[in-house]
Amino acid sequence: MTELFTIAASTDGGGLALGITEGGNWFLRNVWLIPLLPALSFVGILFFGKRMPRGGSELGVASLGIAFLLAVVTGAAWVDHRDDYHGEEVYRAVVVHDAHADAHADDHGGGHGHPSLAVHRTATWFQTNGVEFTVGTLVDGPAVMMLLVVTLVSLLVHVYSTDYVHGDRRYTHFFAFLSLFSASMLLLVVSENTLQLLCAWELVGVCSFVLIGHWWEEKPNSDAALKAFLTNRVGDMGLLVGVTVLFFAVGSALPDRFGSFSIAETNALASSGALSHTTLLIASCCLMAAVMSKSGQFFLHTWLPDAMAGPTPVSALIHAATMVVAGVFMIARMYGVFFEGFQIDGSSINLMAFIGGLTTIVGACLAFVQRDIKKVLAYSTISQLGYMVMALGVGAWTAAMFHLFTHAFFKACLFLGSGSVSHAVHSFDMKSDMGGLRKHMPHTYRTFMIGTVALAGLPPLAGFWSKDEILVGTGGWGLLGGTGGNGAYTLMLGMGMLTAALTAAYMTRCVYLTFFGEFRGHGQPHESGPRITVPLWILAGLAVVAGFMNLPKGFQMAPGSFQERFGHFVEPVAGYFPAISHGTPSWSLAVVSTLVVVGGIAAAGWYYFVKVEAASKTAGTSLTELPDGPTTKYPLARMGHTLLANKYYLDHLYNGVVVDGTKGPVARFAYRINQQVIDRTVDLVGETAVKAGVTVYEKVDQLVVDGAVNASGSASSATGEELRKINSGKVQSYAAILFAAATVLAGVLIVIV
Amino acid sequence: MLLNQFLLLSAVLFAIGVYGVLARRNGVLVLMSIELILNAVNLNLVAFGAFRETVGGEVFALFVIAVAAAEVGVGLAMVLLLYRNRRSIDLTQIDQLRG
Repeated sequence: MTELFTIAASTDGGGLALGITEGGNWFLRNVWLIPLLPALSFVGILFFGKRMPRGGSELGVASLGIAFLLAVVTGAAWVDHRDDYHGEEVYRAVVVHDAHADAHADDHGGGHGHPSLAVHRTATWFQTNGVEFTVGTLVDGPAVMMLLVVTLVSLLVHVYSTDYVHGDRRYTHFFAFLSLFSASMLLLVVSENTLQLLCAWELVGVCSFVLIGHWWEEKPNSDAALKAFLTNRVGDMGLLVGVTVLFFAVGSALPDRFGSFSIAETNALASSGALSHTTLLIASCCLMAAVMSKSGQFFLHTWLPDAMAGPTPVSALIHAATMVVAGVFMIARMYGVFFEGFQIDGSSINLMAFIGGLTTIVGACLAFVQRDIKKVLAYSTISQLGYMVMALGVGAWTAAMFHLFTHAFFKACLFLGSGSVSHAVHSFDMKSDMGGLRKHMPHTYRTFMIGTVALAGLPPLAGFWSKDEILVGTGGWGLLGGTGGNGAYTLMLGMGMLTAALTAAYMTRCVYLTFFGEFRGHGQPHESGPRITVPLWILAGLAVVAGFMNLPKGFQMAPGSFQERFGHFVEPVAGYFPAISHGTPSWSLAVVSTLVVVGGIAAAGWYYFVKVEAASKTAGTSLTELPDGPTTKYPLARMGHTLLANKYYLDHLYNGVVVDGTKGPVARFAYRINQQVIDRTVDLVGETAVKAGVTVYEKVDQLVVDGAVNASGSASSATGEELRKINSGKVQSYAAILFAAATVLAGVLIVIV
Repeated sequence: MLLNQFLLLSAVLFAIGVYGVLARRNGVLVLMSIELILNAVNLNLVAFGAFRETVGGEVFALFVIAVAAAEVGVGLAMVLLLYRNRRSIDLTQIDQLRG
């Protein structure tokens, strides 16, 4: 039925085009320097940090500064490389099962014009049984973009932290792990193969564990760290299995290889149709589990809000801008696998899009009932990550990456802003310790407002552009234009719209509770120092302008050369990337989504800025909610509130049902096993050992060993008794023996010779 | 030249010497018997040296004579000391090293 034959590797079109090249600019080929710098800084801080005048923080800041500069240069080199590189592409011989797949492979990547070859560089990591494992870098658009984002946010967080954790008892330790975290994330971003990606992924997890539990003396903090780590373990299992499945699947398609971890090969083979759909589906589902835990997707998101127990800069770095987007980035990296595995093209729903869409709404709803400003942001992060995953799920790859890019800036800005607030009022509780801070902290207030508007998605701030692109990418707007995505994901469009309204509303609530009304805390809050406000302003500035990097195609207000710059440079057009189709932006969609956002702001604003404000005036104190609000009036609203306040009872489910449900029986089972199997075995072994010992003692030791010793003793004694007769002391008898022996020996000599 | 007569004489002397060493009880006589054995050997050496027409035999004989002189000197001194201590030179009575 299927004929098996091999395409020979050659450079003139035979074999499978991987879309990578071994050549390229020096900076693109030596991008490993960027993760190396913070890694060295980690070692340096760990060993010499305490002896440095600023406790090692200067080393961290310097290394990230240099890494950022390198990333900028690398970005510039990539911009040049993307359009002007015409070097040799790498081809790989593959086993093809039928002619159809072959044709599929050939036409792939053709329609996009000149391919953007990723710069690929490897070195042998280790070799076993002739199978070679490599480490290396695969530098393409998303990697370069992530390098820039991670180094920039990390640098700003480092600077911010020098003030924020100033005087902390583990100041040096904090900076060491901040550096290691940056290094692992950068390593993850440039990973050339999935094995290396897995290692970096685990490193990121470990660093998050250490940093969340930075103040581990308090039980909730160490619990949060453990929860984050263990929840991530659940997904890591999926990553491990998925990577293994792909390793062998790719190996079966390559004639000269046993298996391959290479991301480029895996994606190229998946896109070419050389791998079976079932394999890809299994691998995608496994990898999806990893994404759900790392990127906080419903229903493994519960660790992320708890992880706010860590210091705020860590929350900004790990839980807004970089670590949690590792999952999103992993999907983007392995997009060939997911695109084929979930059959994103031409369908209207799939696991990834659905989980993403669900997560956006679930996270956004939870953000409404939080008192803790950081938890609002945490749930907002979950919601926005859901947006990205949903975008990837509907095939809007560029939109997802763009949202990741813009979100990194405004969410880091918001997190650092919340840190600045808590620095001033020494609390995270919006209801009891904040309010009216706009007068006391003008810089924090302004930057926070910019971040909020960007997050809510009002034009022309960053969030608007990326959110709009995601909504366009769903391709579900058949009524008013804006069609032409990868499928008709109308449900996702609805989820996205709903979340846009919810996001605007909960951020309005958050801003009102923090910055408006009257101050409800104690003492006199004061504005933070320049090391906190300068990073805030930089991030706020980026939150304003980042959206202009990817103006939609056909946008009438900007010249064509400014349109889709981000998409042009970041989205790969190469063999290892699936051929995705792009939605057509439409004015109607943008206007409707803006109206939805305005509606959300208006609803929440009416409640807080009008009703609560008025109620506060009458009551004479600064209120945070209406005394006779909907939750007190309507039972349904109260039930909803209780459900949200208990986080959908997911923690109860995990702790009460899953953990206790497993813990009890497992403990009883383990006890029984312990008592009846292990103890009995041990007892039996002990008794047998005693019996065996007695037998050995009686039979072997007493009879054989002692017997042999005694026998040799008495034998030598008897021999001596006999021989002492010869030793008469008489010279002449000795001489006689001597002569007799000499005679005998002489006789023997004569006889023999 | 006939070698046999010398060898026969030497063998007879050696045998007499061995008998003396083993059978006599007088220490001085035992020493003299040892001299006989040594001289029997000397006779052999000289005879073979003459037979082979080399001086090696005579040279070895001279060495043996010199060593024998020294040995007799030591031996006689020991016998003398024995006599002084025990008033006897009967070798059969000297058996303190008996096992």
